[in-house]
Amino acid sequence: MTDATGTTTDPGTTERRSPLDEVHRAEGASFTDFAGWQMPVRYSSDLAEHHAVRQHAGLFDLSHMGEILVVGPEASDALDYALAGKLSAIVEGQAKYSLLLARDGGVIDDLVVYRTGEDRYMVVANAANREVVAEELRNRTAPFDAEVFDESDDIALIALQGPDALEVLQQTEGFGIQGPGNDDEDFDTAVAALKYYRAIGAEFEGGPVLVARTGYTGEDGFELYVAPDRAKRLWEALRETGGPRVVPCGLASRDTLRLEAGMPLYGHELGRDILPVQAGLGRVVALTKEGDFVGRSAIEQGPAEGAHVLVGLTAEGRRAPRAGYAVFDGEGDDAREVGEVTSGALSPTLGHPVAMAFVAPEAAEPGSQLFVDVRGTRIPATVTALPFYKRGA
Amino acid sequence: MTEKTDLKYTAEHEWVKVDGDTVTVGITDYAAEKLGDVVYVDLPAAGTAITAGTVVGEIESTKSVGELFAPVDGEVVESNQAVVDSPELVNSDPFGEGWLLKVTAASLPTLLSHDEYRALTGE
Repeated sequence: MTDATGTTTDPGTTERRSPLDEVHRAEGASFTDFAGWQMPVRYSSDLAEHHAVRQHAGLFDLSHMGEILVVGPEASDALDYALAGKLSAIVEGQAKYSLLLARDGGVIDDLVVYRTGEDRYMVVANAANREVVAEELRNRTAPFDAEVFDESDDIALIALQGPDALEVLQQTEGFGIQGPGNDDEDFDTAVAALKYYRAIGAEFEGGPVLVARTGYTGEDGFELYVAPDRAKRLWEALRETGGPRVVPCGLASRDTLRLEAGMPLYGHELGRDILPVQAGLGRVVALTKEGDFVGRSAIEQGPAEGAHVLVGLTAEGRRAPRAGYAVFDGEGDDAREVGEVTSGALSPTLGHPVAMAFVAPEAAEPGSQLFVDVRGTRIPATVTALPFYKRGA
Repeated sequence: MTEKTDLKYTAEHEWVKVDGDTVTVGITDYAAEKLGDVVYVDLPAAGTAITAGTVVGEIESTKSVGELFAPVDGEVVESNQAVVDSPELVNSDPFGEGWLLKVTAASLPTLLSHDEYRALTGE
């Protein structure tokens, strides 16, 4: 048996702990190093946690994510220039998935941007990219009347995901809508009416919490941005209210959930050497927006002829294609290598292996039969439209 | 019921139970815990000759793949079909029903004691 943790800890990094660390220990979590943070990888079982989110609800600590505020009269213009999407087009209380591109069109990070006020945006970055995102935003927005504040250390993030998420949130006491005269009933109505990728300013036990109907699991759910010193109370309140319907979930189940939902993961399906269109994210880049934005000319030029594109792969049996495995167009020795797997697992929901891979355009047609070299054995895999799993389908 | 303290261990997180020239091999609870939920196990068939230190099988979880190393030189006399059919046995009962191989050992290499293994894993 080799060391099977699948994770590495860079001894050079300072270990960071979530404000919920004490809670995780009490819940019996196993931890993994994630971008210098010690975060829960699982509490009981990856599969049980995965199924909990699909069937009832799961609770995730995402306090390691970066929250960067862009504030000022020209915040909209600044972000339209700095990011690939047209952020000025979203209204207050709306969120948008966007990309921070390099000049050559490569992806520096994928982000969710919330417009929390007329002149106020919150950019949520991956933990590993937090500093580079903050720095790029500072540089790119410098000519504009807007300021950038990295608030990551002052914001904790809890995600409640799954079909029971709304009901649990409504049943949890202590919530109210921000502003005078709020009560539980107003909150219940407001969260029920909250559309996907919308957020409201709310209160929990007198402190502010941004309640967003967003997530990374393919289920209905909410992401709750809250001050670190209130995170523990909020986590415990959701756990107490939800009882057995709310299962604490680690990052391992989050990865299989997002994979089934066909969502890209930075460092796997997205990176500096990948143009958005290759990863199926051409629509995220607003080429129709007026004015220049960083990466525009490279995006307009498009990827090189024959550049690989992201596809879904499904296979039979139980052996899953894994990141880094080669993809071939045939079984024999004369087969051509046409790509590489970026993420893969035995899908807990579907019961068969699923994977994402970058492959040559001529091999990317849905229904095409390809072969993945799984540690010396070529297993057949069929190109499949993403996502693998769609809720309610 | 064999006590963990009566078993021998490898640095690759396998346990070895010696009974005459037959040894039973499994992975430790430490390894099972680190792997996460085991969903696939590939084991060598009975009759396969194995060499200590070489890869003879695979243990795959939702998250990663672990290689099974032969702890001894010898010949496989039985691989545990119950584990192939129900890989979760590796998690639920790694020292019992989750055993992996029975091997006729040609000779026994130096293996770790329970205390030495515990020192290795820091547990």
